[in-house]
Amino acid sequence: MNLITVSGPPSSGKTAVILKTAETLMRRGVKIGAVKFDCLHTDDDIAYEKAGIPVKKGLSGSLCPDHYFVSNIEAVLDWGLKEHFDLLVSESAGLCNRCSPYIKEIKAVCVIDNLSGINTPKKIGPMLRMADIVVITKGDIVSQAEREVFAARVHSVNPAAVIMHINGLTGQGAFELSTLLLEGDNHVDSLKGRKLRFSMPSALCSYCLGETRIGESYQMGNVRKINLEENQHGK
Amino acid sequence: MLKQYPYLSAFFAGLTIDLEKSAGFPLSKIIREMNEEVAEDNAFNGENFIQQLQDFINQMQEFLGKDSNSVDSLTILPGKDKSGQPETFSSLVFEKSKITSIVGPTGSGKSRLLADIEWVAQGDTPTGRTILVNGEKPSTDWRFASGKKLVAQLSQNMNFVMDLTVMEFLELHARSRMVANEKEIINRIIEAANALAGEKFDADTPITSLSGGQSRALMIADTAMLSSSPVVLIDEIENAGIDRKKALQLLVGEEKVVLMATHDPILALMADQRIIIKNGGIHRVVKTSAEEKEMLSTLEDADRKLQLLRARLRAGEMLHRDQDS
Repeated sequence: MNLITVSGPPSSGKTAVILKTAETLMRRGVKIGAVKFDCLHTDDDIAYEKAGIPVKKGLSGSLCPDHYFVSNIEAVLDWGLKEHFDLLVSESAGLCNRCSPYIKEIKAVCVIDNLSGINTPKKIGPMLRMADIVVITKGDIVSQAEREVFAARVHSVNPAAVIMHINGLTGQGAFELSTLLLEGDNHVDSLKGRKLRFSMPSALCSYCLGETRIGESYQMGNVRKINLEENQHGK
Repeated sequence: MLKQYPYLSAFFAGLTIDLEKSAGFPLSKIIREMNEEVAEDNAFNGENFIQQLQDFINQMQEFLGKDSNSVDSLTILPGKDKSGQPETFSSLVFEKSKITSIVGPTGSGKSRLLADIEWVAQGDTPTGRTILVNGEKPSTDWRFASGKKLVAQLSQNMNFVMDLTVMEFLELHARSRMVANEKEIINRIIEAANALAGEKFDADTPITSLSGGQSRALMIADTAMLSSSPVVLIDEIENAGIDRKKALQLLVGEEKVVLMATHDPILALMADQRIIIKNGGIHRVVKTSAEEKEMLSTLEDADRKLQLLRARLRAGEMLHRDQDS
């Protein structure tokens, strides 16, 4: 079975891109399963089911979704193997821009949209920089110039990635993405011992453990302070 | 490095770490001595960074080194329609500075045709079509190299979303393309857009407050002169606030291959040839006939009259039946 991790900021069009791509893959005889990782709520599992794709969902609740993802991806892979999928797609929402959900040697796709603002490529960390394929969506509603500038910005933070434009409504470009996903042999039986491409965002402080009170004396563990001095000097 | 490869400043600007303040030190030393915590906070991976830097330099050198974006013609070799019936044309050529209109109901396969061209299909899409560039099997760069896309698109649904003035916007686009004569091109674009738009605008206008016609005019002028893509696909042009004939002439004048999905007779007949799409396949290809060209001039006359009435209404005048020209 092949595993593909898809990630991207909320509402960038991940599910739409995956569904359109899955449609062409299924027509090509590929058996697909999906798992959706989210934080508080998702209805995307219903969308997958409607499309005839077996799906599992996982909600991280109060935990960092990235940490939740990496603690569960093995079990999800086992589920996929048991179901005899040809391809398992893991979709996870990038909620903070420091998300880093990709695994070495597992194809990684980042979905990002033209409406998110042209400085966004710079703001997003490993989720964009470490992806193999960057899919840019919502190109049908912005000008050609904005599309070109946005793609150039993505290219400057991740020169190695293949950058594609996909229309999540019409599916234009989805067939082409499916070709790239099938390329090469990415067979995986187990994730044991595999490594993340980049360390995940870290936190371990009193607030992680449920503290709600504000004040110096309640702050324990990994706490960092804003440097107002530096800010004043226009830094 | 910045002296040798000036475009690297764009690459460094994309980083969260300010490398330029360390200018003068060897890069390897900066990375080696970088505090692990600083690196992690900035999502910076030294090894990966060097690789990306190399990729970027290679790609840019290649990009700047040759004018490989020049496309004189596109050729489509036939595939099949949705029912598997082979398309009946032997080969279909789109030349630069020529206009081809595409007609067919929604869902007939216009998007698929466009996607085939964008992806430079090599028999590896559902239609089985093959796309040749300049009559030859194209390099895979057209698929994968960023900044080298075959097709630019203009459609009615498009809007400007950036919060910039016309001038700032064009500067941004020009810089991302790294054109040499930035000022000159920008002035030409503004001038051309104003020649297309019914109402003039200046360089200080925020792009989001342009009228529909002005936005369209700016998009078309910008795509004609500043887009790197040799093929322009137009999905209808509305008939208000913009001179559509001039708009097409501008694109043709900039040596673009123009494809236009439209059911507006004035636009469709301006084309040199017309593709009729049916059931996912190219059903027929026809040349615009002499009779149709004649009809076009009648239609254009009628259109001119309509525009005139519109202008008079805008100016607050009364309309009179026998008023002409």
